[in-house]
Amino acid sequence: MHSDDVVWDTLGNRQFCSYKITTKTQNFCRNEYNLTGLCNRSSCPLANSQYATIREEKGRCYLYMKTIERAAFPRRLWERVLLNKNYEKALEEIDENLIYWPRFIRHKCKQRFTKITQYLIRIRKLTLKRQRKLVPLRRKIERREKRREEKALVAAQLDNAIEKELLERLKQDTYGDIYNFPIHAFDKALQQQDAESESESDAEKEEDDDEDVDKREFVEADDSDLSDFEDMDKLETSSEEEQEVEEEVEKKASRSKSKGKTPLKGPARRKRPYIEIEYEKETEPATKTKAA
Amino acid sequence: MAGDGGGAAAEDGGPPTPARVLFPPTFSVSEIKNKQRRHFMFLRWKQQQRKEKLAAKKKRRKEREALGDKAPPKAIPKTIENQRVYDETTVDPNDEEVAFDEATDEFAPYFNRQTVPKILITTSDRPRGRTVRFCEQLSSVIPNSHVYYRRGLALKRIIPQCIARDFTDLIVINEDRKIPNGLVLSHLPDGPTAHFRMSSVRLRKEIKRKGKEPTEHVPEVILNNFTTRLGHSIGRMFASLFPHDPQFIGRQVATFHNQRDYIFFRFHRYIFKSEKKVGIQELGPRFTLKLRSLQKGTFDSKFGEYEWIHKRREMDTSRRKFHL
Repeated sequence: MHSDDVVWDTLGNRQFCSYKITTKTQNFCRNEYNLTGLCNRSSCPLANSQYATIREEKGRCYLYMKTIERAAFPRRLWERVLLNKNYEKALEEIDENLIYWPRFIRHKCKQRFTKITQYLIRIRKLTLKRQRKLVPLRRKIERREKRREEKALVAAQLDNAIEKELLERLKQDTYGDIYNFPIHAFDKALQQQDAESESESDAEKEEDDDEDVDKREFVEADDSDLSDFEDMDKLETSSEEEQEVEEEVEKKASRSKSKGKTPLKGPARRKRPYIEIEYEKETEPATKTKAA
Repeated sequence: MAGDGGGAAAEDGGPPTPARVLFPPTFSVSEIKNKQRRHFMFLRWKQQQRKEKLAAKKKRRKEREALGDKAPPKAIPKTIENQRVYDETTVDPNDEEVAFDEATDEFAPYFNRQTVPKILITTSDRPRGRTVRFCEQLSSVIPNSHVYYRRGLALKRIIPQCIARDFTDLIVINEDRKIPNGLVLSHLPDGPTAHFRMSSVRLRKEIKRKGKEPTEHVPEVILNNFTTRLGHSIGRMFASLFPHDPQFIGRQVATFHNQRDYIFFRFHRYIFKSEKKVGIQELGPRFTLKLRSLQKGTFDSKFGEYEWIHKRREMDTSRRKFHL
């Protein structure tokens, strides 16, 4: 027994103990046979020749005991007893194995055993639930993905794409009558008219001529010779009236579709709003009858 | 021989091979063993290249001006989209097989207007503030959606309950370190499940120049650039989240734009200023998605049948190959 004091005096207080961990408030003991985990005179397995612990292995708890008789045989020093799976019966086993042992060790053994069973229960419960799977990130790959995403964002030109798509939908009349942009509707009506006039009989063409006769008064006053130069070769029909109508249609169609036109468009474009108004007045009733 | 050539060049001598009387020498700069010398020669070579390039540019420009109208059209610059490796699963709009497939797949009831979408949005365990707010905003963007918190429930057990309550889609937002980083989109009556990685999530308050809150009107949907078969099915998945008839009065549009395998989601309000100009204002959250896997049945990580998984080693080898 007296060697215990010597051991404690040396290891605990003065010299180095490799199992001791000092922190600001407390000392801990890293020895795996330690009962409480603290570095105390009564908890040090090296400084007590009669000592007991509880340790668990693979979900089963064992009681380890060390007595002074076996102090000379390190191989046989720790005696281990498998404890019952039942909590109460295991406590009784601890009691009967540690009968006549100091109160401190008995009490601490039971406390440790309780703690261990509690955490074993918790492990079993958690494994039944879903486990969160941790997937390691690879830094290089993350960086690469981020960079590629930025570049893709720049290449996407989202605002332009969305605007283009919306205008397409407007053109294809998915919005119905909500937005009345008369030019647009007139464009479509004119295109319809074109298709009809090219495929149907002369009666239709005569009707067109009638309208165009009315129109001609206004249009010729406004149109410069420029409009006559343009699109001359593109036109197929012979009559002047139809030429004018189709010129306007072509102009509008080409304007809306292609942008790289000759500079002659300039003055014509400026005159355009003026002309548009005239057209609306003249032909809106006509288109309505045509549609009907 | 190499040493001789290197030695000769190191002295900045003449060309190593008498056949081509060139300056600079035609050996590779990287053969010089001395680092300083090598660096110096490399810089010189680089300067030479730059000069040549500039000269070539000037020459081309002069030729172009000289030709005037008859100049050949400007060459189209190469972009990644231009150089994309042709994917054989690209959908041809007239393909009958594709049309038939799409008429009989899991989304057919939606596209035939037999079902109305009803979405359940949930998160992984214990969501933090950002994820919660993101879920709320997402549910304001998608009409007819509900947010429920999952307190430790297994997805496999939620799914039968959802089906019983007539939900058509399930969205699970996965969270990591307080930011949402993953999205699982599952079409419910045993539809496909898509798992995405989510990045650059911006909540409404983080978007600059944003408008007011999104209203209850059903938004329109724009799906851009989904070209391959896989892209098509993902596009249909997204389209099936929104009710079929958009309310144009609301003037809201949700966009899923695919660019180089990244799907950008934006939510805007638009207004037509004239028949050729439209203004858009961003409301709503924004995020980007990258598809990680597409599974045939509902969510089942262990026994599910995967239609497509992103395998980094095989699929990320070429910079010009995209799958969506």
